[in-house]
Amino acid sequence: MLAQVIASGILMGFIYALVAIGLTLTWGVMDIINFAHGEFLMLSMYSAFWMYTLFRTDPLLSLPLEALLIFVLGYVTYKIVIKRVADAPGLTALLATFGLSLVLRNLAQFLWTPNYRFLNQTLVTDKKLAFAGIVLGLPQVVASVGSVIMTLAVFYFVQRTRMGRAIQATALDKATAKLMGINTELVYGVTFGLSGACVGVAGALMSTFYPIHPESGALYSLLAFVIVALGGFGNIKGALQGGIIIGLAEALGGYFLGTQFKYAIVFLIYLLVIQLRPQGLFGW
Amino acid sequence: MLRVRNLKAGYDGVPVLFDVSFEVNEGELVAIVGSNGAGKSTILRTISGLIKPMGGEIEFEGKRIDGQPAHLIVEQGIAHVPEGRHVFGKMTVKDNLLLGAHTVKSEKEVSAALEDVYALFPRLKERESQKAETLSGGEQQMLAIARGLMSRPKILMVDEVSLGLMPILVDKVFETLKEISKAGITVLMVEQKVQDALEMADRGYVLQTGRIVACGTGRELLNNDLVKRAYLGI
Repeated sequence: MLAQVIASGILMGFIYALVAIGLTLTWGVMDIINFAHGEFLMLSMYSAFWMYTLFRTDPLLSLPLEALLIFVLGYVTYKIVIKRVADAPGLTALLATFGLSLVLRNLAQFLWTPNYRFLNQTLVTDKKLAFAGIVLGLPQVVASVGSVIMTLAVFYFVQRTRMGRAIQATALDKATAKLMGINTELVYGVTFGLSGACVGVAGALMSTFYPIHPESGALYSLLAFVIVALGGFGNIKGALQGGIIIGLAEALGGYFLGTQFKYAIVFLIYLLVIQLRPQGLFGW
Repeated sequence: MLRVRNLKAGYDGVPVLFDVSFEVNEGELVAIVGSNGAGKSTILRTISGLIKPMGGEIEFEGKRIDGQPAHLIVEQGIAHVPEGRHVFGKMTVKDNLLLGAHTVKSEKEVSAALEDVYALFPRLKERESQKAETLSGGEQQMLAIARGLMSRPKILMVDEVSLGLMPILVDKVFETLKEISKAGITVLMVEQKVQDALEMADRGYVLQTGRIVACGTGRELLNNDLVKRAYLGI
C-alpha cells in the first residue's frame, strides 16, 4: 500500500513540476511572477474539454493544439500586458498579472458557468495499469509520462538550442545579450509563450482526470509557487525536484494523516524551507 | 565606414556627449582616448544601440543606423566588446562564444568562426567546457573579445580592454588587438591608457568632457602639447 502511495505521489509530482517549470521560467528570465499562470492552465483544460465536447477530439490528440494555444496566449500576454509594466517600479507587474488572472477566471465563469465539468469518456478514462501489486490509473500515468517528456523538451530547448541560449543569456545580462544581436523583446515573448506551453500541455493531460471549472487552475498555481520556492526561483531542475517532493508530501501526508491534511503538510514544508533555506533547497 | 556626426547622447535626458564627430575608415585601428568619465563608453553604447542618441547621425557603410535597436546593429556587422568584459559567467566558454555568433544563421559559418577564434585564443579551446566565471580576468577579457569576433564583424568596437588587468596581460591584449587589426578587421577602441592606445592606433581622437578636443594620427597625438600635458604627464 505504501508503495502504491509513493508511486502515485511521484506521478503527481511530475505533473506539478511541469506547471512549476512554466512559472519558474518567467521568473528566472524576467523576474516576473505570473499570477495568471493557473488561469492559463484552466484555459488549457477548457480548451481540451471543448475540443472533446464539440469535435470529439480526445485530449491526448488535441494536446498540441492546447500547447500552441497557450503559447500564443503567453506571447500575447507579454506583448500587451507585461511589456508595458516590465520596467515599472515595485509591484506593478505583479498586480498586472493578478488583474489578468481575475479577468480570465471571471471570463471563464461568465462564458462557461462555474459548474464542474468532467471528461469521462476519453481514451484513458477508467483504465488501470497494474504491476508488482501497484495499481495506477492510466490517466495519471499518461499525464505523468507526458509531463516528463515536456519537461525534458523544455530542458533541451533551453540548454541546447540557439533560442534557448539566448533565453539564458538574456536572463543573466540583458544589455550584453543585446550586444550579441539577441532580440531581447522576442526572447521575453518566447519565454512567456514557453511558460504557457508548459501549462498548455499540463492542462490537456490533467483534463482527463480532474474536474474542469473556472477555479481549477488556482490550486495548481499555488502548489507551483511552493514548488518554485523549494527548487529555487528560476531553476528548472529545482522545479522538477521540488515537484516530486511536493507530490510525495501530498500523497504521504494524505495517507498517514488523512486527505484533509495533505495540503497542510505541503505548506508546512514550504514554511520550513523558506525559514531555513530561503534560496530554495536546490538554489545557490 | 563608420561616420559619427554631431552626436549628442546621455542618460535620462542628461547629455554626456556634446557634438561628437569622428570617422573610422575600413581597415583602420582607431583609438578614442580620454580620462574616466569623458564619455568614451557612451559613444560605443550609442553606436551599438544600447542607448538612443539625443541628436546627430551615425552612419555605417553609408546607411543611417542611429536609433535602431541593438540586435539589428549587430546584424549589420558591428560588434561591441563591453567595458568590464560582461561574459556570461554561469555559461560555458563555448556557449559564450556561440552566443557571440547568435546573428550567424548557418551552422557551417558558426563552426568556421569558432575555429578561427580558437586559433587566435588556444587557451579558450582548452577551457571550452568550463564555466566562464572560472576563468581568470585576462582569460575573460580574451573570451569577451573572441565572443565579439564570433559574429564575423566588419568593425570590432572594444571598450577599455585594459581595465583591471595586470600590465603583462594588458600588453598581451593589446597585441591581440593589433593581430585582429592586421587580419583586416576594422577596430575602434576606447581607452584610458592613452600612450599605449595611441602608439598602436592608426588614428586617434581625444575626448574631454563629452567633446572631441584633438585628432590626428597616433604619432601626431603623442606629440600634441595638450595630450602631453593632460595625459602623458610630460
